[in-house]
Amino acid sequence: MSEQSTERRVDDETKRRARPTGGGPFGGAQLPAEKASDFKGSAKRLAGMLGPERWLVYAVIALGAASVALAVIGPKVLGNATTIIFEGLTSGSGIDFHHLHVILLWVVVIYVVSALLSLAQGWILNGVTQRTVLRLRGEVEDKIHRLPLSYFDRHPRGELLSRVTNDIDNVSQTLQQTLSQLFTSILMVIGVLVMMVIISPWLALIAIVSIPLTLVIVTVVAKRSQVMFVEQWKRTGELNSQIEEDFTGHALVKLFGRQQRSQAEFDATNDKLFTASFGAQFVSGIIMPATMFVGNLVYVGIAVVGGIMVANGTLPLGDVQAFIQYSRQFQQPLSQLGSMANLLQSGVASAERVFELLDADDEEPNRPDAPSPEEGNGRLVFEQVSFSYSKDKPLIEDLSLTVEPGRTVAIVGPTGAGKTTLVNLIMRFYELDGGRITLDGVDIAHMAREDLRSRTGMVLQDAWLFGGTIRDNIAYGRTDATDDEVMEAARASYVDRFVHSLPEGYDTVIDDDATNVSAGERQLITIARAFVAQPSVLILDEATSSVDTRTELLVQRAMAKLRQDRTAFVIAHRLSTIRDADVILVMEHGSIVEQGNHAQLLAAKGAYARLYEAQFAAPIDEPDGVSS
Amino acid sequence: MLWKLLVESVRPYAGLFWGVVVFQLLQSIANLFLPSLNADIIDNGVATGDIDYIWKTGGIMLVLSFAQVICAIIAVYFGAKLAMRVGRDLRAKLMGKVLTFAESDVQKFGAPSLITRSTNDVQQVQMLVLMTATLLVSAPFMAIGGVFMALRQDVALSWIMVVAIPLLLGFVAFIIARMVPHFRNMQKRIDVINRVLREQLTGIRVVRAFVREPQERERFGRANADVTESAYKAGFYFAMMFPVVMLIVNLGSVAVLWFGAPRVESGEMQVGALTAFLTYLIQILMSVMMATFLFVLIPRAAVAADRIADVLDTVTTVSSAPGALAAVPDAASLEFRDVTFSYPGAEHPVLSNVSFTALPGTTTAIIGSTGAGKTTLVNLIPRLYDATEGQVLLGGVDVKQLELEAVWAEIGLVPQRPYLFSGTVSSTLKYGAPDATEDELWEALTVAQAADFVRAMPEGLETAMAQGGTTVSGGQRQRLSIARALIRKPRLLVFDDSFSALDTATDARLRAALANAAADATVVVVAQRVSSIIGADQILVLEDGEVVARGTHAELLASSETYKEIVSTQLRAEEVA
Repeated sequence: MSEQSTERRVDDETKRRARPTGGGPFGGAQLPAEKASDFKGSAKRLAGMLGPERWLVYAVIALGAASVALAVIGPKVLGNATTIIFEGLTSGSGIDFHHLHVILLWVVVIYVVSALLSLAQGWILNGVTQRTVLRLRGEVEDKIHRLPLSYFDRHPRGELLSRVTNDIDNVSQTLQQTLSQLFTSILMVIGVLVMMVIISPWLALIAIVSIPLTLVIVTVVAKRSQVMFVEQWKRTGELNSQIEEDFTGHALVKLFGRQQRSQAEFDATNDKLFTASFGAQFVSGIIMPATMFVGNLVYVGIAVVGGIMVANGTLPLGDVQAFIQYSRQFQQPLSQLGSMANLLQSGVASAERVFELLDADDEEPNRPDAPSPEEGNGRLVFEQVSFSYSKDKPLIEDLSLTVEPGRTVAIVGPTGAGKTTLVNLIMRFYELDGGRITLDGVDIAHMAREDLRSRTGMVLQDAWLFGGTIRDNIAYGRTDATDDEVMEAARASYVDRFVHSLPEGYDTVIDDDATNVSAGERQLITIARAFVAQPSVLILDEATSSVDTRTELLVQRAMAKLRQDRTAFVIAHRLSTIRDADVILVMEHGSIVEQGNHAQLLAAKGAYARLYEAQFAAPIDEPDGVSS
Repeated sequence: MLWKLLVESVRPYAGLFWGVVVFQLLQSIANLFLPSLNADIIDNGVATGDIDYIWKTGGIMLVLSFAQVICAIIAVYFGAKLAMRVGRDLRAKLMGKVLTFAESDVQKFGAPSLITRSTNDVQQVQMLVLMTATLLVSAPFMAIGGVFMALRQDVALSWIMVVAIPLLLGFVAFIIARMVPHFRNMQKRIDVINRVLREQLTGIRVVRAFVREPQERERFGRANADVTESAYKAGFYFAMMFPVVMLIVNLGSVAVLWFGAPRVESGEMQVGALTAFLTYLIQILMSVMMATFLFVLIPRAAVAADRIADVLDTVTTVSSAPGALAAVPDAASLEFRDVTFSYPGAEHPVLSNVSFTALPGTTTAIIGSTGAGKTTLVNLIPRLYDATEGQVLLGGVDVKQLELEAVWAEIGLVPQRPYLFSGTVSSTLKYGAPDATEDELWEALTVAQAADFVRAMPEGLETAMAQGGTTVSGGQRQRLSIARALIRKPRLLVFDDSFSALDTATDARLRAALANAAADATVVVVAQRVSSIIGADQILVLEDGEVVARGTHAELLASSETYKEIVSTQLRAEEVA
């Protein structure tokens, strides 16, 4: 089982070694070496995320300070009340109830005001926390749209998802549960100390000595648990990616009798997660009892020394009483800081994973002097283009090609010849290694990506739909598409025909895992999407592979109209899809081996003719179709 | 639901649970005696000036503190182990359950939601168990013990507790009730975030190609704002918890002095007892307050528990019938008998009255226009869905009367969208046959026309494979997916439009190799290209869920207008040439 799981799970190491295989869009860029975890740096950076809320944070601190000051004065005043009772008894003159009640009423006022301040602080802080987390998620989303595609080739989806949901959620809970108490606890410790010093510097010394002791305990323990927290969230990501993969390929898991093995692989990662999270929680869980112990030491010390001082007559009993209450108050924020330590560590470990994603290398930014796009007619020129997904395996070398506006270019060739790569390069999903590609005379590397892409429309073999209605999915092609344009595109791509058989028509909700539309219908929807986009360069990569040939024929007629004034690239295995193209390029091993129209290429009796023969070999050789 | 889930999850670890309880109890007792000893110091030591007594009592207090920290650490050990085991078991149970789900069950929840439930929701429950074990368990001890100790000091003043404790609990209950709906929304909205993001990741090329980044950001932004809104509202109530609880605690201590002073004066109570009573009251209320720190976890965990239970309680719609046969008898002939199928909630059936028989050693092809029901038909064979009416028979037995595993073991299905699992080429091929030898892998690759390109890969069979097979081209993906099915040497081979991304030469070679390699198998082929199915023993023409024609290529050319039409769209150029 362990063998199986190591086989299946590609750890980061293997991923880094991974090389492209044939024509796939595999990124060759090396991952930066795994960074050692940096608790302080990440914690600081997390705190820095609060930057835009600076003034509110100051307000929180000010409110907290005021509220803590009042909460600290409370016991002192309450202590005065005890002293009145004690003195009333010892002096024999009886308790001065009027004085006592006045003092107690003051205490009530102090506590009420303190509570109100603390409430205001809590409310402000809630806003600060939530907005910070909102920004953090937003930053990750922005980042996703700036990352080069090769990043996604290398990182499992479930892992990325885990960073955005599990890790950010953890950061949010950490901020929410620690921020307010972090401030109040620290302020409380300081406030209590100040009061202690005022009452009795000697007794206060006992409390002061406990602070470095506590710090030493916290640092020693935290150093060990931090490593385990990092591990815990890493394993959570791993587990998430296993789950994501198995749930995505759910039917296959069952069909291939993998249930038990999937469960076993899952269990192995799950066990690792258990070990890491148990270790993290146990080790960091020691902090709280340990700080409580230190608090108790202080408590005992104060009781003994205070008792002796009262017996000696150097301190009134009320003060000792107040002091003891302070020592409780002192202990409480200390142990609270302790219990926060594990939340904080866990939160910072998660934050670190989010920052890691944010720090990944961006796509090369658009040039500031990017030429503003002119409405050209789509003349596309490849000049000695070379490209490879990884340095040691050249894919396209020295490819030159000119496509005149309005022409339809078909690309054929065996799989792995680099057809899809060519499309990826036109869309600038990847950057060239050499040469250049120009669109209407402008180097596409100099254009802003958005400008380039808004002039190109693409339909891919794997028809991707997002969760929404069919109407929304078609309108996806262009932001400002009108309803009429959507309907027109739907009719042209024969989406209209099957939509009418759906009970909710265009408002039928579909998504990428949907079963209510078939694979061919999905492709038709994505074609409609490209119709709506009205690009000057149209790219169809196996766009109709799952559509039956009769429907395809109809769609093609419509598409011919769409292609009239546009440059179009068509990749297809089905030669019926491409035979009407103006130019057919035959690609093999990253270079163009033949080029011409259908008739010319057939006459040349070269690679294209062989492909064509193969396609229609059966009907020609065995017109009766009796062999098996 | 939360309670039931917790009880069920903790039950196997009763030992750990009681360990937590016992050690938390011990450390609470130690904690409770400290103020009592402190009262003794004041009353017996300070009042009488007995320094020795103060030292002695102080020593006892130290020993108690030490015992307390040891017990607390042991309790944390048991507690952490308990909580993390509960989390681990829940995740494993969820995974196990989802793996038994039928496709319609998966769709009911949606994969993104199932993912959130298996990680994020479990995390909530796990945190609750952890916090309960480390903090909350001691709270009732401290509270009850505190009441007991306080009563020992003075019974008459205890009415203050009778007022303060219910007041506190009532307030906390009010806050929790307010938070629950927001947490429910929040978990749902995290699902949405997960869904939007997963869509963006799967469709990243399309998003970029259509320059939809701004709209996608907006879509995510809305989901983000929604989650934040829920979190904000829940946080709003949570922020009230701490100040109000503190206020009640503090007012309680004022009340003790206010009402205690007359009792001290009348001699019914000692000063030391008054201060001890004060300490106990604070301790009781503090322990309740410490518990409130966790109360924020309860509503969210309760929602999470509901969502987990939803999955665990789902009765799989497709499962083995009791007394089902463990193996398919004899030959894997396939028969559809008057099969009709509608998706749940759909008005029209996708398939109506489909009947045909496919015998071992023969090939049955299915052709028809987009949306005719071809894939649905194929999915009924391995019971990804169950026929609404009629029967699907394998080896003469209704598939519903067979063990699911037995059915799956016989079938090699190549799906329309060839999803490959991450790992290496070798591991993705061995997906259904972990014991396959390297020779067998190459054999299958050769038949699938994939041997050449795998051999050309830098590390051959050990080349890394990304999730979904995105690192190889569409045609390569299809061929690997075919090889994966062949390795299991199934008696029934089902190809759901599996040759569409292959160039025609490869397609032809593959079919020729397949005819030799799987000569005895029952083969079902869904295809668009006539050339792919021209040699089939029978071809079914499917239109709107009905079989409109059947026969060999030659027969259909003569008898079926629809078929002729399909053929003519593909052979037009050839006829012209």
